[in-house]
Amino acid sequence: MATQTLIYLFVGLSFALYIGIAIWSRAASTSEFYVAGGGVNPVVNGMATAADWMSAASFLSMAGLIAFMGYDGSVYLMGWTGGYVMLALLLAPYLRKFGQFTVPDFIGTRYYSNIARTVAVVCLIFISFTYIAGQMRGVGIVFSRFLEIDVTLGVILGMGIVFFYAVLGGMKGITYTQVAQYCVLIFAYLVPAIFISLLATGNPVPQLGLGSELADGSGMSVLQKLDSSLVEMGFPAYTDGSKSMVDVFCITAALMIGTAGLPHVIVRFFTVPKASDARKSAGWALVFIALLYTTAPAVSAFARLNFNQSVSDTRYAEAPDWFRNWEANGLIAWRDKNGDGVMQYEAGDAFEGAPEYTPGGTGASGERLLDNAATDNANEVYVDRDIMVLANPEIANLPGWVIALVAAGGLAAALSTAAGLLLVISTAVSHDLLKSTFRPQISEKGELLAARVAATAAIVVAGILGIYPPGWVAQVVAFAFGLAAASLFPAIFMGIFSKRMNREGAIAGMVSGLAFTFLYIAWFKLWAPELNAAEHWLFGISPEGIGVIGMLLNFAVAITVARLTAPPPPEVDALVENIRVPRGAGTAHAH
Amino acid sequence: MVEDESANSASETRRAYWRANLRLLGTLMGIWFTVSFGAGILFRPFLDQFMLGGFPLGFWFAQQGSIYGFIVLIAIYAWRMHRIEREFALDDDDADTPIEGG
Repeated sequence: MATQTLIYLFVGLSFALYIGIAIWSRAASTSEFYVAGGGVNPVVNGMATAADWMSAASFLSMAGLIAFMGYDGSVYLMGWTGGYVMLALLLAPYLRKFGQFTVPDFIGTRYYSNIARTVAVVCLIFISFTYIAGQMRGVGIVFSRFLEIDVTLGVILGMGIVFFYAVLGGMKGITYTQVAQYCVLIFAYLVPAIFISLLATGNPVPQLGLGSELADGSGMSVLQKLDSSLVEMGFPAYTDGSKSMVDVFCITAALMIGTAGLPHVIVRFFTVPKASDARKSAGWALVFIALLYTTAPAVSAFARLNFNQSVSDTRYAEAPDWFRNWEANGLIAWRDKNGDGVMQYEAGDAFEGAPEYTPGGTGASGERLLDNAATDNANEVYVDRDIMVLANPEIANLPGWVIALVAAGGLAAALSTAAGLLLVISTAVSHDLLKSTFRPQISEKGELLAARVAATAAIVVAGILGIYPPGWVAQVVAFAFGLAAASLFPAIFMGIFSKRMNREGAIAGMVSGLAFTFLYIAWFKLWAPELNAAEHWLFGISPEGIGVIGMLLNFAVAITVARLTAPPPPEVDALVENIRVPRGAGTAHAH
Repeated sequence: MVEDESANSASETRRAYWRANLRLLGTLMGIWFTVSFGAGILFRPFLDQFMLGGFPLGFWFAQQGSIYGFIVLIAIYAWRMHRIEREFALDDDDADTPIEGG
């Protein structure tokens, strides 16, 4: 069968499966809609959490980023897994014992304040929308490259699928769909990785292949070969990287703490039956996540090796098909600076900015001509990092069904994360704003309807962001993690571990951490991007890592203010006592 | 009087339980910091002079080892905490805390 037919088949089958599950697991009550009734098995919940967590960024972009960043890419590997240790040890079991639906629920009750609740809701909605716009974009890229349909139509199709199972099934529908999506995405990630590792080193386990000797008879290991060939081409060594140690440290920390403070991840631990299950569930989630995250660096290294070998010093006329396919999609470009028809690939930008092709212009070798101003280095090749995972099977000449599998996997990753985020947004509106703040007398049926309406509205907004991505989306992904680290994490952490922390301290801490982090990132990413360089950064910390300083500021302000103001009332003391011990059934109740 | 004493001993148990929890947390978070920020970042330049198969050791910790370490940490925590809870009779083994409507 032709690759294209296989892609339609795989994607179509996976979509049919998700819809079938959605119909089977419709939500009937608010409890089922928000937290799947609180009765999900911890292993199942771990798998759903893994799918919820691993987004288009993990599946499509991360390996590509690491391929071009080498050691520096470790910030994503450690950052996006280490947060689960903090979740399992510091947050999840206590929040589950607390026994309500949402993160703002906890902050509002623990700090006996609707202002604190509203600050939490604002953080949550901002974080979630930043995140979801990227997912919808990922759906669009997969559709346009593999299904050869328009990005707009692709996004609308994706929205339709998510609408169906998120609005109908709520958390219950999402949880069981995510289990299916995890299976699809992990299979789609591992199969090409195993093939490529086997081809390159003869070792079928990618995690071991990365540390093995190459099968090409050179007697060099994968990393040695990468290091030596990259240094020869003028890049930093693969195992060395180019970021400063303090920046690597802070980015890793901000991503870890941000992960532990992301509302759509935390809410997953409200769905298991009891506090001790929350710990187990976080452990299972990390096992399922690690399967992909330990494979990713192997995919990165093999992809970079294969890419270098098939592009560097190859005549354009003999370039492989995938090179021209991605050039047609605008994600690869070649500018024949010295006019020899051969692609020179070295360190440095081939030209300024993203490629702007001359309409209809074709060069001497048949390449697409560019309008960009040339740079004066010898590099002639431009490549968008996001294509590495999608292009990898083609680069390694794998069969058509593997490519089809990767397309289905990319969609599963993007859709599962989008659905989880939509649920968090709709819950924040219907439960935290409507039920808890503005209209406490609303009936359960009314609240459920409001949740569905809010989810629908959120899908439409997310879709519009996906079709017309504002230029700043890619620029502000750092916002989501930085803001979660600087606002929600410290408030939740101190709510559990400090009985003395009061309303005034928590609000002052969240607002100052949030304001500082927001302004720092916005300054370097939006208002003065020309200053975004190490010599202008505070302590040499890039905007991606500044959430750590925001968090420290939050702690400092909160503790100082709490000391100067009245301690929390005795019922809050009792609440903290209660969430600290797992025992005690029937503590969850309406409020 | 009897009630007071039992209330006192209950809160004493809870305090001892919480101290045991904090001790365990301190140890495990220390290991968490060591395998990731320590071996993978701060001491990487030093560790990279040793090889683990085809991996420089610091690089291996940063891209593989730290993640395996995280999984082991959560497993140890879940197992040890469960034992501590049973010791103090504060476990939730027979509990079922369904979330009711909000």
